[in-house]
Amino acid sequence: MTIRNTITFASIPTDKGLKAALEKEPKSVINDVIESGLRGCGGAGFPTGIKWKFAAKAEGAQKTVICNADEGEPGTFKDRVILAEWPDLVFEGMTIAAYAIGASSGIVYLRAEYAYMRKMLEECLEKRRQAGMLGAKIAGKEDFSFDIHIHMGSGAYVCGEESALIESLEGKRGEPRNRPPFPVEIGYENAPTIVNNVESLAWVSAIFANGSKWFKGAGTKESPGYKLMSISGDVKLPGVYEFPFGTTLSTILEAAGGEDAKAVAVGGASGTLVPPNNFACKICFEDVPTGGSIIVFGKNRNLLDVAENFQEFFADESCGQCTICRLGNVKLLEGIRLMKQGQCTDQHLEDLCSLGASMQIASKCGLGQTSPNVFLSVVKHFRDEIPRHPVAENDDQKTEKAKSSNLFQSVVQLFRTDADTAKNNSGTNKKGVSA
Amino acid sequence: MFTHSPKQQRSASSPDTFEVLDEASASLRDEIDELIEIHGENRNALIPVLQEIRSRHAFVNSFAMQYVADRLGVSAAEVYGVISFYSFLKESNYGKFAISLCRTISCDMADKARIAKCLQEKLGVKFGETTPDGMFSLNWTNCIGMCDQGPALLVNEQVFTHVTPKKIKEILDGCRKTYQENEKGVS
Amino acid sequence: MSGKTKTATKTAKTEMITITIDGKEITVPRGTTILEAARQNNVHIPTLCHHEDLTPFGGCRLCIVEVEGQRVPVSSCTFPVTAPVNVESTSDRIRRSRRHTVELLLSEHCGDCYSCLRNGNCELQTLAQECGVRDYPFGHPTEKTCSLDLSGTSLVRDMDKCIQCGRCIRTCEELQGIGRFKFSGRGYNKTVSTYLDRGLAEVACINCGQCITRCPTGALTERDDTPEIWAAIEDPEKHVVIQTAPSPRVAIGEEFGLEAGNAMTWQLNTALRRCGFDKVFDTNFSADLTIIEEGTELITRLYKALVEKDATVALPQFTSCCPGWVKFMEHEHPDMLPHLSTAKSPQQMFGSVIKTWYADLNGIKPENIVSVSLMPCTAKKFECSRPEMTDSGHKDVDYSVTTREIARMIKQAGMNLPELAPSEFDDPFGTATGSGIIFGATGGVMEAALRSVIEFVTGLKVEDLYEHADIIPVRGFEGCRYAEIKIPETVGPVPELIQHLVPNWDWLKGQTVKVGIAHGIDNARKIIKDIAAGGKFSECHFIEIMACPGGCLSGGGMPIPTTQEIREARAKAIYEEDKQYGETGRARKSHENPAIAKIYKEFLTEGPCGHKSHDLLHVEYTQRGKFMTDATTGGEDVKNGKDKTK
Repeated sequence: MTIRNTITFASIPTDKGLKAALEKEPKSVINDVIESGLRGCGGAGFPTGIKWKFAAKAEGAQKTVICNADEGEPGTFKDRVILAEWPDLVFEGMTIAAYAIGASSGIVYLRAEYAYMRKMLEECLEKRRQAGMLGAKIAGKEDFSFDIHIHMGSGAYVCGEESALIESLEGKRGEPRNRPPFPVEIGYENAPTIVNNVESLAWVSAIFANGSKWFKGAGTKESPGYKLMSISGDVKLPGVYEFPFGTTLSTILEAAGGEDAKAVAVGGASGTLVPPNNFACKICFEDVPTGGSIIVFGKNRNLLDVAENFQEFFADESCGQCTICRLGNVKLLEGIRLMKQGQCTDQHLEDLCSLGASMQIASKCGLGQTSPNVFLSVVKHFRDEIPRHPVAENDDQKTEKAKSSNLFQSVVQLFRTDADTAKNNSGTNKKGVSA
Repeated sequence: MFTHSPKQQRSASSPDTFEVLDEASASLRDEIDELIEIHGENRNALIPVLQEIRSRHAFVNSFAMQYVADRLGVSAAEVYGVISFYSFLKESNYGKFAISLCRTISCDMADKARIAKCLQEKLGVKFGETTPDGMFSLNWTNCIGMCDQGPALLVNEQVFTHVTPKKIKEILDGCRKTYQENEKGVS
Repeated sequence: MSGKTKTATKTAKTEMITITIDGKEITVPRGTTILEAARQNNVHIPTLCHHEDLTPFGGCRLCIVEVEGQRVPVSSCTFPVTAPVNVESTSDRIRRSRRHTVELLLSEHCGDCYSCLRNGNCELQTLAQECGVRDYPFGHPTEKTCSLDLSGTSLVRDMDKCIQCGRCIRTCEELQGIGRFKFSGRGYNKTVSTYLDRGLAEVACINCGQCITRCPTGALTERDDTPEIWAAIEDPEKHVVIQTAPSPRVAIGEEFGLEAGNAMTWQLNTALRRCGFDKVFDTNFSADLTIIEEGTELITRLYKALVEKDATVALPQFTSCCPGWVKFMEHEHPDMLPHLSTAKSPQQMFGSVIKTWYADLNGIKPENIVSVSLMPCTAKKFECSRPEMTDSGHKDVDYSVTTREIARMIKQAGMNLPELAPSEFDDPFGTATGSGIIFGATGGVMEAALRSVIEFVTGLKVEDLYEHADIIPVRGFEGCRYAEIKIPETVGPVPELIQHLVPNWDWLKGQTVKVGIAHGIDNARKIIKDIAAGGKFSECHFIEIMACPGGCLSGGGMPIPTTQEIREARAKAIYEEDKQYGETGRARKSHENPAIAKIYKEFLTEGPCGHKSHDLLHVEYTQRGKFMTDATTGGEDVKNGKDKTK
């Protein structure tokens, strides 16, 4: 069973929130969301109400509400559970958003990997239309019409970034746009657009059902309310949990049965690797933020393997438009492989850490800015994991060898296509599939 | 009057006709026309149209790319650029059943390697390849959101979790059976 | 790249905002990018993917700056000024990340600077210097991993040198509306590619070379024909002649360190002779010839359509002297090919004449003549290698070389062009006219044609209608231009030269000639769309199209870089030279060129558009279409793109 503890959404009656919201003026709907303190649940944590306020203010006839169901962060699956269990809450949230900002069309950008849910979601939408909760004159409101359609993703992690998602909806390569202008001003088809995470939209429905004070009453000052966590890895009870923001990592680990972890990746591949001496940290935007991914690594895991897996992920999933992310991730990956062989000199490691720091500030979007996080965490907190080898006299030679284009080639080779990857993995590369 | 009458309006965007269009391409052309009818003759329709061609024909061939490009007013290079960007559009080795095994961390820790080995042995192909009968193709995929139930894989759109070697046999048999039933249904 | 929305805001453009960059107060209109603001005030911010002709991309991340209130640095090329903020163009972390970016670029740039055509004029070299690169912490490949794309006659693509700034993509898409390049793949597999990574010859590239002049490195270059030309010069059997087009002459000085806009016409003659060319001719001769042939063709078409009411005549007539434009039409609008003038371009007319009339006059066997043309253009290389361009019985023009190639030859011969003494062109084509010169600027062909047509029809002097014979309405840099020329009520006699084609001009009395002009294929597309929709351009009689923005003066074979400022300086030099022709008593109208009178008297005796000129000076076009079938593409030798993507 995926759901592990009591989740608020289960107790929210369908359409209670929507009906409550539709009784208010759009302005006060936005105020309620601002009041609740809800922050985007996709990871970045931008205040949802403020986003709506900007979009409501922006001029444009064809405003759009987009539900970001491109849940691609490794270790995150709470959106899948929400969509499977409580799709009405998500669509309600979209409808409330549309009412608040004056949008008439909504799009669910559903990741290709979740295509099996499409039919069920379409049916749910149809049911809502028949119930008068979607389509023309929603809930009998003369001047409010809004409909939702589902757009399938095609397999690209970066499309979880809102402007890349919009590019993708417009039939382009999912490359993040330059900001400003932000989507709330110029988004889908150049009109004001809000892009909200699945979970954020579901919370919106819950907030209107239970009141914004209820939501604000939980959590911390900067991170009010509750958060769903997807917990996986070396735990006894993996699955989706709900906790109020500010819950300590150790509490969460205890609940899931992963207390003796060696490290925990909070926030997935783009998050940070928390060492045991910091398990007392709180999960919230003031301390350790997350979009909902908690991956637990047990005592016997090699963290360089973990870092390698993550870095492979980024080297593949970077959209490639900015230099530092496209090539930086390849260099970090090469570095990890050198480390595993005990061939990464201190100097080179220092260069890579410095490169990682540059990636964090110079990349165009969140993907690039967060992609070196795990690498840097490993070096910072788990330096002992990096094998030490005698590097005395032929240090320079080794570095040269390490830096040579041959190595670059080998990395590139490994990634050429999946076919080649497989070939390399099963053949020349020692790590890979079969290990 | 010192004016010449402009010739009949010609559509600046009307596609050239292929000199010789084989039967397959002609039917593909009709199909694309139909899809564009449904999704609209604009840029936003590009990915839905490509997805549909993909799911019907396993891959988007050169004719389809150019024809779609022409109909939607973008360059062929652009269509190629879009296709090569998305994991689920770019693979050109799709069999009737496309098996995509998740390689991301949680499935990795759940011993995806064992499943990968088993799949390769059972199918006799490596990752990135398709079985000679065109039935199965084998690919890696990044996180599919089944991290709590790894190792996980997709067969076309269907997801399988907690995959074990025993389960693989069931999955493959199930696919073959589905195929045979479909074939019977057709004939 | 419409998705990369322009950052300039649409409203309140006039609102002024004062920001501080590095402590200096700068006041700019709202919506100006930080980069623009900095550049206008001499604050240098390094850039790579930025080019002033193109939409900001924000991909290279070199121009990042610290902006007050922003968590991380922002790319200054895309960040608009909307509030009075404090900007720091540099900081420790910015300098470091810029260096990292260049180091990363070098880690995949297989650069052998010494043998690169861009050595000394490479933006990556400059950036490595500026950003303080001192070693290669992330490697620097020395072995090539990609094969050169040598499939085309005009362009060479070396993906080992590509640093993925995307300038070629935006050039081809935004300026030319063609889109032969696009990013493909993702992450480490991302690369700049053509459709299916095919060679440029296989993807309906029009060879305009605009991508070359905006490429920061040597990834895109012209096909270098200079070794073959040196070899011909060294061959005692060969009589090597060169014709020089007007545009290269006003730009080649830039290759020798001169400011843009310094014409080197007469010094160039000296240099070419010293390089070993046997004769140096002026392409303006055949530009004049083109005007006569193309103008006559237009008059004939108009007469047939308007007087004889022949409905099959295609109007408007399009110019055909731009090979990029011609190839574009063959690919994208094959149904409209009848609108193209059948007159060959000046380069090809000259080629035919040299290997026939000139060869006869001088008793030289045409097979021993090596005919070279100096052009501002890379598409001319393709044009001269078209199989149909052999009407003389030989390849009419053997080698078409760009301004950059000739500059290299002159340097190789140890000369500093600006220091050379001026000298004249060689006879019998020596005396060209100002009309030929202005072919180099957008609107120039139209102006030249109008100068002749007006005098042919009215019997008046153009100067009587336009001051200094400058037909200002057709000049300028606006993308699509439309102009009307009113014919007076009194017309003159039909000149002898074309008496066999039209009996009189009565049918033109008091009429309005409507003309259109466009430069850049994206603008040409607009005109074609307008014609299809029955807009005002559909009523035009004659339309001039040049594939390159600005016309030949910013052709793909011209010195690098190109900017609007440089284009304007070159245009000024071209019109200046035309003016000087008037002041020095040289002819300024094509039909006044004595060599033209001579060739129609002695050689093309049936007159313009007569049988012989039809054979030698006119051509038919090929319906190429835009679809590329697998059968027509993909020879084994055509490999392209980074091998890693294969």
